Amino acid sequence: MTFKKILSLGVLGTAMVAATANAEVRDIRIAVDVPYEPMEYRTPDGELTGFDIDLGNALCAEVGIQCEWVVQGWDGIIPGLMARKYDVIMSSMTINDQRREKVLFSDPYITPPSAWFGPADSAVETPDTDALKGMTVGVQRGTLQDNYATDLYGDVADINRYATADDMVLDMDSGRLDIVFLDYPIGKSTLLDSDAGNYRVIGEQITEPKEYFGDGFGMAFRQRDEDLANAFNEALVTLKDNGTYEEIYTTYFGE
Amino acid sequence: MDALMNGLEQLLAGNSIFTLQTLGYYGEGLVTTVQLVFLSLLIGLVLAIPLSIGRGAKRAWIRLPIFFFCYVFRGTPLLVQLYLIYYGVVFVDGIQDTWLWLILEKPFVPALVAFTLNTAAYTTEIFRGAIKSTPKGEIEAARAYGMSQRLMMRRIVMPSAFRRALPAYGNEVIFMLHASAIASVVTIMDLTGAARFVYARFYAPFDAFFFAAAIYLCLTFAILYFFRYLEKKLLAHLKPATG
Repeated sequence: MTFKKILSLGVLGTAMVAATANAEVRDIRIAVDVPYEPMEYRTPDGELTGFDIDLGNALCAEVGIQCEWVVQGWDGIIPGLMARKYDVIMSSMTINDQRREKVLFSDPYITPPSAWFGPADSAVETPDTDALKGMTVGVQRGTLQDNYATDLYGDVADINRYATADDMVLDMDSGRLDIVFLDYPIGKSTLLDSDAGNYRVIGEQITEPKEYFGDGFGMAFRQRDEDLANAFNEALVTLKDNGTYEEIYTTYFGE
Repeated sequence: MDALMNGLEQLLAGNSIFTLQTLGYYGEGLVTTVQLVFLSLLIGLVLAIPLSIGRGAKRAWIRLPIFFFCYVFRGTPLLVQLYLIYYGVVFVDGIQDTWLWLILEKPFVPALVAFTLNTAAYTTEIFRGAIKSTPKGEIEAARAYGMSQRLMMRRIVMPSAFRRALPAYGNEVIFMLHASAIASVVTIMDLTGAARFVYARFYAPFDAFFFAAAIYLCLTFAILYFFRYLEKKLLAHLKPATG
């Protein structure tokens, strides 16, 4: 019995030494859920690409570690992190308090604006209570856009909630919707780019108030991996300073 | 009413999910569900009566199209029918410019059409079964009285068939209530739609759906009670004699 104890302590000790030794330059795996254009998607030949992928690779290079991407469905993405199937999630995950209970977030690396989209000949110029009166507004159910539109315009406008952005675009095409409220990048790729000329952005891009639009997207780590999170936070600051971040941003969002 | 009382109690307990706003959604959802189910059942029933008679007709050109209609609507999932009608109407060229678009633009009418046709198909089959199982003696008696085919249908066959169909039809009504939960996929804010909204907003699936389930249970109970009452009244002559 004593022997067993000593043996197990010994094994544990060796494991701990090994873990500490690796902590500095451990290679990691990053989980991503595709497609969510242009944040993460596949090129026609199957390569992963997108803003998250490019920024993630640049961050890994800056930290000085090898990163491997793992594709994981959205439902199981946080449980997978807990189960150590991978070490980081970088998949357009909005930072919020509920997720903070489970994971450790990096500093936000992007705060995607939301925007109103409507037919090119829409009469609305600035979406407000007067302009949206009696209109049929499309949102994706349970998104921050849904919460925002419901609270601000739920009383004057008819709000149609869709399970996916695709369903919403279908109803936009058929003329059932007057205006939709979406993540700007998603609306740009699904409405502006794929159906050029028929749709336009209505009014300004919206990122305030924080109460609705949150703290932006963050990378998610296991709670105990504070060192790793800090390393990525520092790398993010460096990339923003040296212009790499700007470069990647422009590749996917223009401007 | 029960649901409302439940809701208010929870409201008093300082619940962050069941606020006046979300209770409002549930309330509107309840009204929408009841409207949708009631109207589709009513229209479906009216359609099913002639269809069930035609379903047993001797002439093939009457019988076969009705058989085909029932076969298609009973043979495909209601969800698929709903999608086909809701998204399908859009593919009719230029429909947006006709008066039809005024009613097809909103999701309510396409959903009503899908539900009505579906319940009409099932009800037709229920009635056909009941008509077919009319005791031979009743028919022979009607003929012996010199009734015409039409009079016999009206006075003898249909009334007795309706009675026999009642328990099965009560089931169909309850199924229809439950099937109406899929209306929320085409953005209708029915009871399930309200529950999905609350679920997505507060990340509280259990509370949101439990509340909706409780309301569905109340509705089902009301339907059960109504049909039990009808059966008691209309099938009284079939009960074993007492005392």
